[in-house]
Amino acid sequence: MTLVSTWFILIAVLWTGFFILEGFDLGVGMLHGVVGGDEAGRRAAINTIGPLWDGNEVWLVVAGAGMFAAFPGWYATMFSGLYLALVVLLAALIVRGVSFEFRGKVDGQRWRQTWDWLLTGGSLFVPLLLGVGLGDLLAGLPIDSSQEYTGSFLDLLTPYGLFVGVTFVLLCLMHGGTFLALKTTDHVRTRSLHLTRRIAPVTCVAVLVFAVWTQVTAGRGVLPNLLEVTAVLAVVAGAWLLAEGREGWAFAASTVAIAASVSSIFTELYPRVMVSSTSSAFDLTVHNTASGTYALKVMTVVAVILLPVVLAYQAWTYHVFRARVRPEDFAPAVPAAAEPS
Amino acid sequence: MSQLDLARLQFAMTSIYHFLFVPVTIGLAFLTALLQTAWHRSNRPEYLRLTRFFGTLLLINVAVGVVTGLVQEFQFGMDWSTYSRTVGDVFGAPLAMEGLAAFFLESTFLGLWVFGWDKLPRRVHLATIWAVAAGASLSAAFIMAANSWMQHPVGYTINTSTGRPQLNDIWAVLTNPVFLWGYVHVLLASLVTAAVVMLGVSAWQLRRGNAPEVFKSSARLALIVLTPSIVLAMFVGSELGVVEARYQPMKIAAAEAQWTTCQPCSFSLFQVGGGNDDKTPTKVIAIPHLLSLLATNSWNGQVTGLNEVQSSYEQQYGPGNYVPNVFVQYWAMRVMAYAAVGIMGVAAWGIWLLWRKKRLAGATLFLRLAVWAVILPFLMNTAGWLLTESGRQPWIVQGVQLTKNGVSPSVSTTSVAISLVAFLLLYGALAVVDVVLMMRYARRELAAGPAAEDAEAVVPAMTY
Ligand code: HDD
Ligand code: HEM
Ligand code: HEM
Repeated sequence: MTLVSTWFILIAVLWTGFFILEGFDLGVGMLHGVVGGDEAGRRAAINTIGPLWDGNEVWLVVAGAGMFAAFPGWYATMFSGLYLALVVLLAALIVRGVSFEFRGKVDGQRWRQTWDWLLTGGSLFVPLLLGVGLGDLLAGLPIDSSQEYTGSFLDLLTPYGLFVGVTFVLLCLMHGGTFLALKTTDHVRTRSLHLTRRIAPVTCVAVLVFAVWTQVTAGRGVLPNLLEVTAVLAVVAGAWLLAEGREGWAFAASTVAIAASVSSIFTELYPRVMVSSTSSAFDLTVHNTASGTYALKVMTVVAVILLPVVLAYQAWTYHVFRARVRPEDFAPAVPAAAEPS
Repeated sequence: MSQLDLARLQFAMTSIYHFLFVPVTIGLAFLTALLQTAWHRSNRPEYLRLTRFFGTLLLINVAVGVVTGLVQEFQFGMDWSTYSRTVGDVFGAPLAMEGLAAFFLESTFLGLWVFGWDKLPRRVHLATIWAVAAGASLSAAFIMAANSWMQHPVGYTINTSTGRPQLNDIWAVLTNPVFLWGYVHVLLASLVTAAVVMLGVSAWQLRRGNAPEVFKSSARLALIVLTPSIVLAMFVGSELGVVEARYQPMKIAAAEAQWTTCQPCSFSLFQVGGGNDDKTPTKVIAIPHLLSLLATNSWNGQVTGLNEVQSSYEQQYGPGNYVPNVFVQYWAMRVMAYAAVGIMGVAAWGIWLLWRKKRLAGATLFLRLAVWAVILPFLMNTAGWLLTESGRQPWIVQGVQLTKNGVSPSVSTTSVAISLVAFLLLYGALAVVDVVLMMRYARRELAAGPAAEDAEAVVPAMTY
């Protein structure tokens, strides 16, 4: 396998890893208000991802930086082409990121409500916009012979891209809801289970349509390939396991569903990285956007050494925080948690 | 304003903003780790209280540092796509390494530190805050390597078929003299920044008479870290001037508004007038030989004037104006240097008080000064970066690409204007919230620590 293909796979892995991990904390962000019930419940919901979300978000940072380093042409065209969408994405990431930290720092109903709304809205927009962006790569955007985007903001709103965005939101909701059921107790757990059981069938339908539409968009007929079949089977299995109340296995299933959905976009793209709707001669491919061999070699060495280390300590973090979070620990009467820091 | 101007303005604004938080993170992570180590060793409850107190300030600060860093990461592709396309081969590698080596480390272990108080053994928990400090310092390393490559490109060849720079020696990029000196300078600057913040907060609390026994300790720690850091920062800074004179002679000449070549060269304390159109400013109080020393490390060194560098660049790169904004350079240099001297003064005074075993809590004038001194490092950092970045103009990568050739061709002026306004509003709101929270917390009464005899009690996590 060539270095260039290796790096394409690595980029796909980084994006997939990002959606698996940040996927559930985006879901928690969207759902915390609904499933929390009361202040103690909302805090319990947020604290399930407290130690994890920032590390998860770095997957996005590294995916972006990895594209910059390995495929500068791809990074340049995609990020300048999606300009205004990325401004909104950044705004969403910013308000979401600070709301975790700021929310509990002032004791006031209106203050907390404001940050709850920002957390919910930010968490909704992130998968929506990223879904639209990744979908657009495959759906095709107006790109000219010098690899420059020639369209306007409206050209970004391709029907397929929008549908991918919605599918990603639903997947994150199901993934996050299952995570909450797995990681909380008492009323937060029951509310999460109840709500996620209702979301799951909708997600199933969306993933099914996504699988077929992806095939059609990539021009490979209507019969989904292995990854897409996996996505559909996994999401259906997840819905069934939720109904059975086996949230551990359901979480495994939603993980597979997200991973298969995200990576299917990349496999359908390869060897292209951005489809040009102007002419297939102008498609960006792994070959006409990649860095030189030396740079790729250096980064391969770095990634081979560091990625396992990162995976190891992130896995350890999940182990340390494996216990369920109990809402009663956040009830105002308990002095141990009263310090609002 | 053109798309180029707006893009530059946006990059400058977001970078300056990001760098208000970054040095506090780097330095305060280290100081918090020191406080927790002191607690670990001595078991004295005041160190635990201080660890959690300054740890909370660190967290509020990190929140904004992280989200504004995301903007930085995306902006290269959004606003500077031709730049990214051209130099990604070289410039991208350190950025990717930064994510893999530093950001993962910092954010994962920060999570472990904040939420792990009651879940990890004490020793392991102490290690997590040191990992955070290491991660923060590492992230500065890679980004400085990337930035230094823009100041002094090394380790690359120009690919003959694409005309773009291609990495051929990563080691050269990581041992770039601009990087080595610049990185040390930034680390020291970060220690200075955080130590001044810690000193200022402690001084405020001491003046109010809040927990004087506790805040005396943090004031002392801040002074002990601050004093060597500021002295070393000034030394390394002057060495940086020498490096700069070698690779970017325009920058140092502009910093003195020195149009003609001189030997030996003096450093003026201030000037009246001056700028790119006024080549004969009135220089007031020139200190003989000081510029020679700063730029060449020798008493009688020669500094090439702006006119001469301009004509040699025209020969090398073709016609054009290669002189950066002289007014900005001149004053950026002075703000940094004068503020450094100011902080030196505060540090010396504080050390003298400690030395003479005076009661810090009684030294009202000193405490008042220490509170106001908190502004200085932020001014200094911004000025230092203006010196670095504005002095590189008109190049985005010295000698390789002009800034005006680096912008995104596909992005309209309107789009950049929209994003500029969006970020201005967002950052403005963040600044207000952040400052209010910081002040609230800095002025908060210290949370009561566990009773002294209860040293083995479990410390609760700092949940959201
Ligand atoms: C607390 C912060 C602080 C302090 C006390 C100083 N500096 Fe500084 N300086 C910075 C904070 C800083 C900085 C913000 O961190 C910069 C910007 C870019 C960089 O590498 O560091 C910088 C850059 C910078 C540069 C530009 C490097 C370049 O263009 O690549 C020079 C020449 C100096 N400094 C020189 C000095 C001198 C002579 C100082 C002593 C009086 C000094 N600095 C004190
Ligand atoms: C270390 C990483 C950094 C990199 C890679 C970097 C890169 C850049 C780039 C690409 C530009 C836009 C093009 C240009 O105007 O030349 C720029 C401009 C600028 N940056 Fe940086 N920058 C970095 C850090 C910073 C920091 C931390 C600050 C401030 C605190 C800063 C201040 C500025 C300013 C003021 C400008 C505008 C200069 C002008 O247009 O006159 N930079 N930088
Ligand atoms: C213009 C170029 C820059 C880019 C692209 C950039 C990128 C980023 C990103 C993406 C983050 C968030 C990481 C996370 O999610 O945890 C971040 C945070 C950080 N950056 Fe930057 N950054 C730039 C300039 C700088 C400079 C000049 C320094 C130091 C010299 C620096 C040091 C840090 C540190 C220490 C953090 C940790 C978070 C914090 O500030 O609290 N960055 N940066």
